Amino acid sequence: MSVRRVMGTEVEYGISVAGQPQANPMVASSQVVNAYASSTLKARRARWDFEEESPLRDARGFDMSRQVADPSQLTDEDLGLANVILTNGARLYVDHAHPEFSCPEVTNPLDVVRWDKAGEQVMLDASRAAARLPGNPQIHLYKNNTDNKGVSYGAHENFLMRRSTAFADIVKHLTPFFVSRQVFAGAGRVGIGQERPKHGFQISQRADFFEVEVGLETTLKRPIINTRDEPHADPEKYRRLHVILGDANLAEISTYLKVGSTSLVLAMIEDGYITRDLSVDGPVSSLRAVSHDPSLKTLITLKDGRKLTGVQLQMEYLDLAKKFVEERYGSDADYQTKDVLERWESVLDRLERDPMECAGELDWVAKYKLLLGYRDRDGLEWDDPKLHLIDLQYADIRPEKGLYHRLVRAGRIQRLMTDDLVEKAMHEPPSDTRAYFRGRCLEKYSENVAAASWDSVIFDLPGRESLQRVPTIDPLRGTKKHVGGLLDSSDTAVDLFNRLTGS
Amino acid sequence: MAQEQKQPKKSSETEESVETAPETDVNERKEALDSDVDDILDEIDDVLETNAEDFVKSFIQKGGQ
Repeated sequence: MSVRRVMGTEVEYGISVAGQPQANPMVASSQVVNAYASSTLKARRARWDFEEESPLRDARGFDMSRQVADPSQLTDEDLGLANVILTNGARLYVDHAHPEFSCPEVTNPLDVVRWDKAGEQVMLDASRAAARLPGNPQIHLYKNNTDNKGVSYGAHENFLMRRSTAFADIVKHLTPFFVSRQVFAGAGRVGIGQERPKHGFQISQRADFFEVEVGLETTLKRPIINTRDEPHADPEKYRRLHVILGDANLAEISTYLKVGSTSLVLAMIEDGYITRDLSVDGPVSSLRAVSHDPSLKTLITLKDGRKLTGVQLQMEYLDLAKKFVEERYGSDADYQTKDVLERWESVLDRLERDPMECAGELDWVAKYKLLLGYRDRDGLEWDDPKLHLIDLQYADIRPEKGLYHRLVRAGRIQRLMTDDLVEKAMHEPPSDTRAYFRGRCLEKYSENVAAASWDSVIFDLPGRESLQRVPTIDPLRGTKKHVGGLLDSSDTAVDLFNRLTGS
Repeated sequence: MAQEQKQPKKSSETEESVETAPETDVNERKEALDSDVDDILDEIDDVLETNAEDFVKSFIQKGGQ
């Protein structure tokens, strides 16, 4: 009933090998992941355990046949691509043709920001480790979502929800929210359209790559609401909402508001609190129309006939969320819930007045302000390669080259984290989810962990012929409170296993 | 820059507030803003990749999710 719930992000990074535009991106991605693994792992490398994966399970209640699925949808087949499970509970691996960082399960928006940022630092270290390999491949990584030549790659969010919530309610109430959420969560893009984009600036990296309202696909015919039903938790109790529409954000406040506001809207949907119908006429075209207008004045038509801007549509959700939290908690609401509501309101008010007032908080505004500065000073048009370069280089994760990083260092973009908190999160798991158990096991007993996944840790123990699987089906068990003492006092994996199983 | 920011305003409220702002204040604000933006552009000029056209052309990705 607040911003708190089990959640996380998974980000595919853009990858380029300096001076070799034709380099095989799968090879380069594997080099990055493997280089990080060799430079950090103490003992054996645990495999990913695919037992609980079901990427073709549809939340609407059926399974897609493996024969009709696009090969890119068969994410549960171990293709031998590089994969490593980190001591912070995250998964670093090669997904399609990109290195991906899936952050450990966390319980609140600030922790999403923290481990999402830790992912950037892991990727940075990984690319630097790759540069030390024989042949010194200079691999550069970008936290963005398109190459502006027709290709897009994702930055997904995951939210654990109650299974009892009807999926149709999620679709109905979440779609208008997602159509308009980009007004603060967009990362900004130079270019309009998919292939051979037209000249111009738009709010979102991803909007032009969405073609349908609801569906299972993630790599083609992308839907605003994705129906993948793979809860990685007790399917009787939970579903995992897999959100594929968002942009990869660098600005911490963009990420914080993106997942914080979404979590609140999901709480209202679960509670049946939204009785107003905010459905939009033509969600896919509205999504693009909002994105294509950085002045934020474009009106979209609601099914009830009203015409609102994207900001005004967000204000409808904000208004509901404020009442919801007030009715349920009053002044007892937790700090982050209050903070998300306050920042959400403040950002929307300023976006309505003059979007430029948010240049110190939001990715798309920061990028837009920079681009307008260049246009003004150098007389550049939107087709100028320099403006396209600025768009790309904003997302370069190297602190010396990345323009986001330069803006932060110049005090022009605010942060919520400290370098120290992010650095710790590269190695330490969150303490309040099962990621704690997974991460600590990998840190302490790595030579005995044969495989792991979101829902299991599999041990290879001396004296036992078969592998021993410890299920972690409940995301809120295996926490520090729950198993911290046990892990501290078990010197070996055998000790731990015996005490866990009572043998 | 100012030209880009001042898209036609649709809400009458915004129009009023723009109209009532004295001309000198707007100019002063614009100048302050310009020098502020110029500082960061100078800094960023130093780190931009040297051949923008080649760099942008060679940033080719394979599909993802």
